[in-house]
Amino acid sequence: MRKQTSIFDNIDWVMVSIFLVMIFLGWISIYAAVYNEEHKSILDTSENYGKQLIWIGSSIFIAAVILLIDGKFYTISAYPVYGLVMLLLILVLVFGREVSGSKSWFEIGSNFRIQPAEFGKFATALVVAKYLSTMNIKFEDNKTKLITAAFIAAPALLILLQNDTGSALVYGAFLFVLYREGLSGNFLMAGVAVVLVFIVTLLFDPKTMMWIVGVIAFLIFIAGKRNWKNALLIGGTAVVFSGMSYSVGYVVDNVLEIHQKTRINVMLGKEDDPKGVGYNVNQSKIAIGSGGFTGKGFLNGTQTKYKFVPEQSTDFIFCTVGEEWGFMGAFVVIVLFLFLLVRIIYVAERQKSTFTRIYGYGVASILFFHFAVNIAMTIGLAPVIGIPLPFFSYGGSSLWAFTILLFVFIKLDAYRMQLLR
Amino acid sequence: MDLRYSDRKLLIGGVIVITGIIFLIRLFFLQVLDDSYKLSAENNVLRHMTEYPARGLVYDRNGKLLVYNEAYYDLMVIPKQVDDLDTLDFCNTLGITVEDFKQRMQKITDYSKHKPSVFEKQLSSEFYAMLQEKLHHYKGFFTQTRTLRKYPSRVAAHLLGYVGEVDERMTKDNVYYKSGDYIGVSGIEKYYEEYLRGQKGDKVMMVDVKNVPKGSFKNGEYDKLPVSGLDLISTIDGELQAYAEKLMQNKIGSVVAIEPSTGEILVLATSPTYDPNLLVGRVRSANYSLMSKDEFKPLFNRALMAQYPPGSTFKLVNNLIGQQEKVVFPQTTYGCRMGYSAGPIHVGCHQHPSPLNLLQSVQHSCNAYYCNVYRNILDSKKSVREGYDVWRKHVLSFGFGKKFNTDLPSELKGLIPTGDYYDKIYGKSRWKSLTVVSLSIGQGELGTTPLQLANLVATLANRGFYYPPHLVKQIGAKKIENEFTTRNYTTIDSGYFQLVIDGMEQVVEAGTAARSKLKGIPYCGKTGTAQNPHGEDHSVFVCFAPKDNPKIALAVFVENSGKGGTYAAPIASLLIEKYLTDSLRRPLVEEFILNANLMPKPVEKPVAKKETSID
Repeated sequence: MRKQTSIFDNIDWVMVSIFLVMIFLGWISIYAAVYNEEHKSILDTSENYGKQLIWIGSSIFIAAVILLIDGKFYTISAYPVYGLVMLLLILVLVFGREVSGSKSWFEIGSNFRIQPAEFGKFATALVVAKYLSTMNIKFEDNKTKLITAAFIAAPALLILLQNDTGSALVYGAFLFVLYREGLSGNFLMAGVAVVLVFIVTLLFDPKTMMWIVGVIAFLIFIAGKRNWKNALLIGGTAVVFSGMSYSVGYVVDNVLEIHQKTRINVMLGKEDDPKGVGYNVNQSKIAIGSGGFTGKGFLNGTQTKYKFVPEQSTDFIFCTVGEEWGFMGAFVVIVLFLFLLVRIIYVAERQKSTFTRIYGYGVASILFFHFAVNIAMTIGLAPVIGIPLPFFSYGGSSLWAFTILLFVFIKLDAYRMQLLR
Repeated sequence: MDLRYSDRKLLIGGVIVITGIIFLIRLFFLQVLDDSYKLSAENNVLRHMTEYPARGLVYDRNGKLLVYNEAYYDLMVIPKQVDDLDTLDFCNTLGITVEDFKQRMQKITDYSKHKPSVFEKQLSSEFYAMLQEKLHHYKGFFTQTRTLRKYPSRVAAHLLGYVGEVDERMTKDNVYYKSGDYIGVSGIEKYYEEYLRGQKGDKVMMVDVKNVPKGSFKNGEYDKLPVSGLDLISTIDGELQAYAEKLMQNKIGSVVAIEPSTGEILVLATSPTYDPNLLVGRVRSANYSLMSKDEFKPLFNRALMAQYPPGSTFKLVNNLIGQQEKVVFPQTTYGCRMGYSAGPIHVGCHQHPSPLNLLQSVQHSCNAYYCNVYRNILDSKKSVREGYDVWRKHVLSFGFGKKFNTDLPSELKGLIPTGDYYDKIYGKSRWKSLTVVSLSIGQGELGTTPLQLANLVATLANRGFYYPPHLVKQIGAKKIENEFTTRNYTTIDSGYFQLVIDGMEQVVEAGTAARSKLKGIPYCGKTGTAQNPHGEDHSVFVCFAPKDNPKIALAVFVENSGKGGTYAAPIASLLIEKYLTDSLRRPLVEEFILNANLMPKPVEKPVAKKETSID
């Protein structure tokens, strides 16, 4: 049986379509956010929407190239790519250019900048998939867990050194990947618990927190098997959490920088400061909230157009959607993301190749983390953490990185049939 | 929690979907259920720019401009936009010190960084022209056009009133006024404020976060254009007013002239007066405090607020009441030997033929005659109190003892004592007609304003009715038609007036005002002397002219000038001549009046600051 296969056969057009719709909507939003009646040309490269057109064009070109390259290339190149990105992350610490407090940019020419951290996520997803899918590597082994953790932590630490906390936090998303591959649910639980303890402690105080932990521990003990082993386990966990809640104060006061501390307090409603740090969140909520059900209409968003919302074309791009297209527009964007994420998981699960599956989960986790944190931030559910909304936010590095991330997965998925033969 | 690995996809997918649902719920609350964000958004982006209307002008009855607007400029600043300013150059241009500049900027910045504030008020057109060339160097500064009042003929200061900036209390009481707005503070400006001010316009602009205007909101759908104030046509005759003020120079007193057939005030002059331009703009408060300290009280409107005993002019009223009450008749005669004596009381009189009849009593202003008439009025009833009350009712019907409540600035109501007043002083039924006999000749406890006496002669000219004296005849295109244009009848039958009028004619022809006779203009007058316990008596003259079909009724008060015939009557006659013939044929009389200086002391002119000249 002879089958003529084109490279575009077997490509998952659902993901490709969602990708195209998203970058189109993204560009429209950037255009609206920067829109200025005096500069109407969409090709004006001095404006963000003009530059973004270049980034979109080049991203589509990159996507096509990725689809053309043999799928095997990605499994083979995992380590070299990881190594290269790590090198760049180190170099940027030395030669990088500092932009608004973060030393994470390489400057190319005077107009364009590249942020290696954006590519770190792709490289890490690739290397984790590669390592865990290697023959004879069993995730159950503690050594495997440690090495995997090291692969994830290394770029995160380098990015922390660049003073880009938001981008470093993204690496926490790999918990999902590891959970899928066998990490105990307790870790996921513990991760969630740590965040909860942190927030609740900040809201109340360590003593109250200790009581809450104690009561919960007691209830769990009563509900479960009442033996010494369980008592010790639960008791120990409670003690650890209590201790942690005491250390929260120390972390907030000594480890976090003032702006991070204020952001957290503002988010928790402990500081009401609409003209200061809370200004961003407040203006963001005003922009989105004033959109109403149907929105103010394309280019009619006053809050974003007149720059009341800071960083409107990058981190706060969702405001433009919310203001100009209202709840309906926001609904469409959120549903698009849910579709894409669920589709990625669905496609990952249908893989015979462990590598592709793990990589797929990596893609989904990273995209999910960005989506969740970015939108939660714009609607006041999370502190302001400067990470972009994938495919929407202005920015070449992030668009390139997300395109590569997604399209390598699309290629790997299309390649699965060839693996069978 | 340790699901089978293949089932973990469900948990991960669940987390993703639940996150999405939480977002949607939150967005639904933010965008659909909660309206407060829409309001915040409007506050962010909309700026209401006030557009000031031109204040209405005031014309005199002949269409001559009394008050108009002159443009001036406020230098405004938006502190946030000030950038790269050569402070020294700026201060030199404005003529202020760097210290002053810093202080002002600090105060303005404390108020708002983003909103425009006034940096320097009321720059003249000349200064503005000079500043305009440099303004582009001063980023963040711009000018805003406003208007100030100007008074080209510099007369009628008191009745026109002035305009001032609203104070905090006014902005609280009335939402129309915002800090920095102007409002009529006195005179016509105050009374007709609502018509003169017009309606402020509102331009709704969109601004960006730096407060830079980005165009009108929804194509001006919500804009409101300013509506200019309505022009007023005053009843004043500007030329006659100016002439009256000129004749009154170096004298203390007032002149009121009324057109009897309408109640329109032709002249409302008080002396000493001031140039209304002195109470305009930046110099106002300085000049105001200067004038309020002046011992001759130039701010005091004597025409409406000075209360004098009416003197002999009041005999006209008692004459009419006597006729109405049928206690005296044209043929009634009384003798007079230098006065009236009854018991311990003696009211003196001057040299004149005796006895006199009713008409002659007017001509010669006989005190004794009116003592008899007055006692007859009070004693003709069952009790003196009853007689007094009847008399008082008649007097009030002439407009005495009460305010006219028209558009006049702060008039006083005068004083016609009540019967209760005398009951209180002397005890009930313990006083007799003789006790209050001084009221017969306009002395005693009586208080009347020059306006009330002018109205009295207007009433005589009309033979028994008056229109409330008022200052404005037309608002915009609409002639006023209200209680000002309604007749008020006295309680005296019109038939009784002819005798009084004839008597008044004789006053001018061959009586106490004979020196002020006008050739070819028969007119009717009455002199009076208002007793002044503090010094020389005040001279009074009331009159209307011409005798038939009267056009003007006048009351002239000259303080400290003795008898009415000496100064008050010549002043009135000059004004009649000017008003009726528009010419003056008695240069000697005019010269005599203009040169007369009746001030208690030589006048030291207050050194007032001048803004700009009118010429």
